[in-house]
Amino acid sequence: MTDAAPEKPVVGVLALQGGFEAHERMLRSLGATTRQVRVPADLEGLDGLVLPGGESTTMTLGVERESLAEPLRALAARGTPILGSCAGLIMLDTDHLGLMDFRAERNAFGRQIRSFESDVDVRGLEGGPVRGIFIRAPWITEHGPGVEILGEVDGHAVAARQADMFAVAFHAELGHDDRIHRLFLSRVAAVAA
Amino acid sequence: MRDEATFRVKAGLAEMLKGGVIMDVVTPEQAKVAEDSGAAAVMALERVPADIRRDGGVARMSDPEMIAGIQQAVSIPVMAKARIGHFMEARVLAALEVDYVDESEVLTPADEANHIDKWDFKVPFVCGATNLGEALRRIGEGAAMIRSKGEAGTGDIVEAVRHMRQITGEIRRLATLGADEAASAAKELRAPLDLVRDVAREGRLPVVLFCAGGIATPADAALMMALGAEGVFVGSGIFKAEDPPTRARAIVEATTHWQDPERVAKASRGLGPAMVSIESSKLESDQLLAQRGW
Repeated sequence: MTDAAPEKPVVGVLALQGGFEAHERMLRSLGATTRQVRVPADLEGLDGLVLPGGESTTMTLGVERESLAEPLRALAARGTPILGSCAGLIMLDTDHLGLMDFRAERNAFGRQIRSFESDVDVRGLEGGPVRGIFIRAPWITEHGPGVEILGEVDGHAVAARQADMFAVAFHAELGHDDRIHRLFLSRVAAVAA
Repeated sequence: MRDEATFRVKAGLAEMLKGGVIMDVVTPEQAKVAEDSGAAAVMALERVPADIRRDGGVARMSDPEMIAGIQQAVSIPVMAKARIGHFMEARVLAALEVDYVDESEVLTPADEANHIDKWDFKVPFVCGATNLGEALRRIGEGAAMIRSKGEAGTGDIVEAVRHMRQITGEIRRLATLGADEAASAAKELRAPLDLVRDVAREGRLPVVLFCAGGIATPADAALMMALGAEGVFVGSGIFKAEDPPTRARAIVEATTHWQDPERVAKASRGLGPAMVSIESSKLESDQLLAQRGW
């Protein structure tokens, strides 16, 4: 079957609440198949997973209600690439799902009136800074040795990587710059192969 | 380069509320119950719509003391209502740093000709609409989120259904028009031409569309999601019901799982009595809140 088209990777997007559709639109525009994840069975056979922005308290309650924490940890333990943005970054931290070895401070930049857009230099991305959209955004306060900080704003860590898991405090899914998702999907393809 | 309060930042917060339930609360204690039940945001107001209806009189922006207490009590976004056209109430709410201002027909209108010029603010606005033209006029004035109006404080879903079907139906019709028909459609809708073109091209509003006004049960919330709402506001439906925390959790669950009737059924069990309701069609026309604004 050498002439068969390679199968599209299937990327799950946690869809309990939040900006999951914007992630899906961007992933699909880059050739991935997406699946909304609401219950543990939705995690079967995923090549990658996105934890979107939204309200981390709402998502945390949803993860408890659906008993999703252990299946999500098992998915991460298998080395499945994961991307979290904004509330997704919070969900990845040691006080929530504990998939990445850092702690986040919620709403660290302030209330909505202080939300902003800013250029962010992200290590490993070519083509200049990313236009980050920060909405009641968190930042990373401390991290373990396995976590590489990829970008900062005002001296605060806002992008990080640990193995094939990526966390960004801004909304890479809003706007037109798809380089963060391309980086994530390149790891999804590499791990799936 | 850093820019605050761009339209993407304003509309982006609404994007993050999608799939969620925004609950009306009148005290910090209620706000905490809402947050602990999974609300994506709370709407701080002095009286829920059912009580405004019952008590009559002029309904105004809430006491800043109460709003500040609610902001202290929860970490989720706090919204608050200003009267239609009352830009000074909106400035006060912005000074309090609420996360969203609702220019709301539930309060007594302050200006019968002009809505607030929402471009003038760093804080984002949500506005009600009964049809597409009204929605696009509000977006033209700077609204970063739209909610269908329904008929607040009734517990009757019929007006919410009417408004959501009206808006989504008109969006579908626009999408079928030729490019040379957009100007005529804009004239009919009394809406800005550039926004009409945008909706015709994309097949959706340029901002998030929620539903409000009449949701009392998990099935009501799931119905509105099925009709095209991207999330729901619940006003009197939670804290006027007998068991608010249980009902709040159930409506959150049904909003997430609206595509799965078994989950909606499970969420609907054992909630106790819903709010005391009023049939919208039995209301005198001067009691209809959805007619406020234009």
